[in-house]
Amino acid sequence: MSTFLYLIRRVLQALAVILIVTVATFCLLHALPGGPARGILGPQATVQQIAQFNHEQSLDRPLPVQYVAYLGRLLHGDLGTSYTLNEPVSQLIQERLPKTLVLTLLSAVVGLLLAIPLGMWQAVRRNKPVDYVITTLSFVAYSTPVYFLGLMLVLVFSHVLPWFPAQAPQGDTLAQVFADPAGLVLPVVAGAASVVAVFSRYMRGATLENLSEDYVRTARAGGSRRGAILRRHVFRNSLTPVVAMLGYYVPVLFGGALVVEQLFNYPGMGLLFWTAAQSSDYPVLLGCVLVISVATVVGTLAADVVQRFIDPRVKEGHA
Amino acid sequence: MSAAVQSGRPAGGTGPSAGAGTGGPGISGLRLAVRRFSRNRLAVIGLAVVVLFFLFCFAGPLVWSTDQTHTALTHANLGPSGAHWLGTDAVGHDELGRLMYGGKVSLVVGLAAGVLATVIGTLWGAAAGYAGGWIDAVMMRVVDAGIAIPALFILLVISAIATPGVWGLILILGLVSWLVPSRLVRAETLTLKNRDYVHTLRAIGGTHTRAIGRHILPNSVSTVVVAATFQVADAILLVAYVSYLGLGLQPPKTDWGGMLSAGLSATYSGRWWLIVPPGLAVILVVCAFNAIGDGLRDAFDVRGRG
Repeated sequence: MSTFLYLIRRVLQALAVILIVTVATFCLLHALPGGPARGILGPQATVQQIAQFNHEQSLDRPLPVQYVAYLGRLLHGDLGTSYTLNEPVSQLIQERLPKTLVLTLLSAVVGLLLAIPLGMWQAVRRNKPVDYVITTLSFVAYSTPVYFLGLMLVLVFSHVLPWFPAQAPQGDTLAQVFADPAGLVLPVVAGAASVVAVFSRYMRGATLENLSEDYVRTARAGGSRRGAILRRHVFRNSLTPVVAMLGYYVPVLFGGALVVEQLFNYPGMGLLFWTAAQSSDYPVLLGCVLVISVATVVGTLAADVVQRFIDPRVKEGHA
Repeated sequence: MSAAVQSGRPAGGTGPSAGAGTGGPGISGLRLAVRRFSRNRLAVIGLAVVVLFFLFCFAGPLVWSTDQTHTALTHANLGPSGAHWLGTDAVGHDELGRLMYGGKVSLVVGLAAGVLATVIGTLWGAAAGYAGGWIDAVMMRVVDAGIAIPALFILLVISAIATPGVWGLILILGLVSWLVPSRLVRAETLTLKNRDYVHTLRAIGGTHTRAIGRHILPNSVSTVVVAATFQVADAILLVAYVSYLGLGLQPPKTDWGGMLSAGLSATYSGRWWLIVPPGLAVILVVCAFNAIGDGLRDAFDVRGRG
């Protein structure tokens, strides 16, 4: 299959996935008992009030009609209006998403900066004590619930040792977030832990695979020093596929952000979603899920395409 | 984050990197796999940890008998002592006994949800891969869509609807985490369905169901077993999130995640025995299952996740 056809096919698949997501979230959220009216108007609301609310919000029309109308509005960038905050969902997300992106990107970058050297070190010292120690630590980091890790970080580095604030930077703008870098430290570390765990394993694997390639033996035979081969060839050949894996990791990063934002009271999209779930704010829940799934689908697409371009042996997407 | 919660996981064993799936091991293959597994130190330690925790949770209460149903407010918030090795919680339950009691729930729910997810994923993946064509395409796009919404988000939405019991939890966790095994089994099925023995079975009149049940699934068994082990690790981790997300069991029932969530408020009061033991228990057991999965993957020489 030519590259162009491959791209077209993957983009169409991605669109199909997003369409399925919209159907699924729409059905899930409309299956909630009591319905949005009961959630907004409270248990004291009369039947008439509920009927009027449902009529105003078009919630009394058949579900397929509501879905098609919803899809049409989505195409115009309209995600509806929050029941509780009375603001357009798209605007709410526009305000919060950049902060979540800053948090997740920082976590990913910090995580990768640690994971890549660690993974290479493990590969070079394969089956030596240091390899076992880092492997064990990465299993531990992977197996720790994020909220427990965050809590321990707060306990040690904020409560016992008053080094960092226990609360993330507050404020509506990114400038206010960056004005308090110390407040970002613990949330970023909590988010980065699983990146270190997972990506040091990927890097270890990729480095080992490259070390066993013929070109390494050839370079050794040609008199290159081991360190030079590692830096010049193995590092470069391992780095791109490992970094591309980040595309598959987008949902995990967002899941982490959900917990970290709630734990550190960081006003991003995760906290918005959390608050919306407490108040059955359907348009906000739908909107957030949609944005996250689009991000995931784009991440997966990017990773698939990058892997295909750097390694012609990859003919299909990951299976 | 945990990812668990998702598709990412520390991949690759301490042994040689695994090759392509080769189907189920025969008798001698099984013996070889056992030998390879027992040479993986982390995996053997993991197995020992799991056995110890099962003994602790299921046999422990026979030795350390405590009342985990009735509150005893006169004994609330006691520190560790001879009578209560790990102190007591805010309503006077003995914390060591609670660790056994909660562990039972965590282990049972985790195992059952992990197995359920693997069964759903295996059937879905085998059906998609075997059918091929547009049925496969549609079924796998559904899987992609499921992966695109992180499980924690779905669980948080469900928490707005219901507070399930143990069976409800198993069902919910199984239904949100079958996606990765379905991809693995589908990939396996794609290679298996073109084997001669499948063509032969079809040629002599065997049904599709028989081809899947008789050849595809038995030959995927090592892939499935490895996937199930990781699935259980993920499920136990997810169980620990469930209370935090508001889906937890109602007291006096609890699990390790519920104990953790209940202990969160005690963080600054210095009552470490309310959070550190359940936290360590979750980490140890999840690590152990992951290490076992890692060992099994290398032993069976199948493509794992990641």
